[in-house]
Amino acid sequence: MQHGKYRFIVGFLAVPLGLYTLFVVWPFIQSIYYSFTDWTGLSPDFKMVGFDNYERMLDDDIFWKSLQHSLLFALLLPLVTISLALFFAFMINVGGRKRRGGPVITGVRGSSFYKIVYFFPQVLSIAIVALLFAFAYNPDSGAINSILRGIGLDSVQPLWLGDPNLALWAVMAVLVWSTVGFFVVLFSAGMASIPADLYEAALLDGANRSTTFFRITLPLLWDTVQSGWVYMGILALGAESFAVVQIMTTGPGGPDYSTTVMVLYVYQKAFRDGQAAYATTIGVALLIVTLAFAAVVMRLGRRERLEY
Amino acid sequence: MKTTETSAPAESGVPVGKTGDPAGAPSKEKKEGTVLNVFSHGVLIIWAFMVVMPLLWAVMTSFKDDASIFSSPWSLPDKLRFDNWSRAWTEANMSDYFLNTVLVVGGSLIGTLVLGSMAAYALARFDFPGNRFIYYLFIGGMSFPIMLALVPLFYVVNNMGLLNTIHGLILVYIAYSLPFTVFFLTAFFRTLPTSVAEAAFVDGASHSRTFFQIMLPMAKPGLVSVGIFNFLGQWNQYMLPTVLNTDPDKRVLTQGLVQLAVSQGYKGDWSGLFAGLVMAMLPVLAAYIVFQRQVVQGLTAGALK
Repeated sequence: MQHGKYRFIVGFLAVPLGLYTLFVVWPFIQSIYYSFTDWTGLSPDFKMVGFDNYERMLDDDIFWKSLQHSLLFALLLPLVTISLALFFAFMINVGGRKRRGGPVITGVRGSSFYKIVYFFPQVLSIAIVALLFAFAYNPDSGAINSILRGIGLDSVQPLWLGDPNLALWAVMAVLVWSTVGFFVVLFSAGMASIPADLYEAALLDGANRSTTFFRITLPLLWDTVQSGWVYMGILALGAESFAVVQIMTTGPGGPDYSTTVMVLYVYQKAFRDGQAAYATTIGVALLIVTLAFAAVVMRLGRRERLEY
Repeated sequence: MKTTETSAPAESGVPVGKTGDPAGAPSKEKKEGTVLNVFSHGVLIIWAFMVVMPLLWAVMTSFKDDASIFSSPWSLPDKLRFDNWSRAWTEANMSDYFLNTVLVVGGSLIGTLVLGSMAAYALARFDFPGNRFIYYLFIGGMSFPIMLALVPLFYVVNNMGLLNTIHGLILVYIAYSLPFTVFFLTAFFRTLPTSVAEAAFVDGASHSRTFFQIMLPMAKPGLVSVGIFNFLGQWNQYMLPTVLNTDPDKRVLTQGLVQLAVSQGYKGDWSGLFAGLVMAMLPVLAAYIVFQRQVVQGLTAGALK
């Protein structure tokens, strides 16, 4: 296998690696460099300014708001989404009626139907989902307030995206709606591979359903939950939150900056305000938050791997 | 992943009463089981309803006229107004957006699969200095916030004269799809047996011929999974085109719809906009229902590794 090996390796790696370096690695390195300059993005002239951008960032109220919102997204969204998904997946796989002579634990009837339907939002673009809900949240003609009127709650007609106290929650609910199905399917696959004997043994020992969930299902599923958590957190800090906040909220960024997130702030500073250097500074902060988030989840979640 | 559905049909054949349950216990157990069953169906149906309702609402709205969209959002359309759809398709440029998206996604999907499998193969099957470094360089791209790179990337692309071009967007899509593709296919190539490739090599096939004629066909299941993953990711991409593709004529579907929402807002053509939204939703949903199992496998494959 030695003949011409290196020529082959170079030939196979050169194009992909070159493309990747040019469009991904190199811009990352550049942006860290730019964060120490006063580059506007509009003119080619700039000079080094040391930590000026970072000092400015620490004094920037909007930056702190966006950081708060991003942290809330990264912590709360995975928590809500994954809890809901675990609950649904458990119901799908364990909630079945016990049939005589059958296994003690069974899935509900129509489990594949639920999984197909729950997965719908996952295949839609987050941009389309965001647009759809922007209309559904419309206070006058939107689907949601119309339902509220329909069930007699005429007095409860929130402004949703127009209300600074509600806008952020309304946006987060959309992200939950669109991602729960993915995790239901993911966890269902994991739960289906847990041997039924384990449940039967636990039930014989007198455990109830919630005990079996916390003592058997969750520990055996822990690796999947953990990687799902990191995955969801990275999405919530990055591309997904950008799309929903930019499309759904006014400004964009919501009334009184109530929904501004870091990734949107980077975009606005760079491509709207012509402050490219400052934008990369916020981007570096976003990078640090993302890496710290992943490290914390991996560290806190570290457990001995269970074999079964 | 296949064991989910097996429980239901298998049960009927098992003889009843041989499990040795004491007489008192099963009824209590059974009652608990029934309560749980009703409860779980209830919860599951409510969520299914919440998922489907917004989508149905959009489909319904796309057939209504503007007045009834505002006055009664939940009523059924009085008649099916297909002119909303034709207006969206022609006047609102949905046909152009579709064409642009097909071009961009087609080009970048092929490029991603070819380049990704080449890199993954070299990394998975050959030992050379720097192998680990290059591998982790690719993997690292999965967890970094893309927006940080987008600020300088805009100027890199601009300096190369690739801004607002279809081929420029294709190259960028490929570059940003490589991390996951390389990660997934490297793992996949490692699982394939080495003996076939060695035999071909002994028979005088070159490394590249071995790759294209023997290894790639063997890797087809992996390519299908990662291909579906990338297809959906690239078809639904919003952030990259928003930054790198600002020419109105070159817009892809997601951008076009968002732009449409702004402009139709001025014109007040809500029904046309909803028709556009549904038009963009339906092909993906239909493809998902047809290739359901492959799509789910493709999208969950990465997270299960």
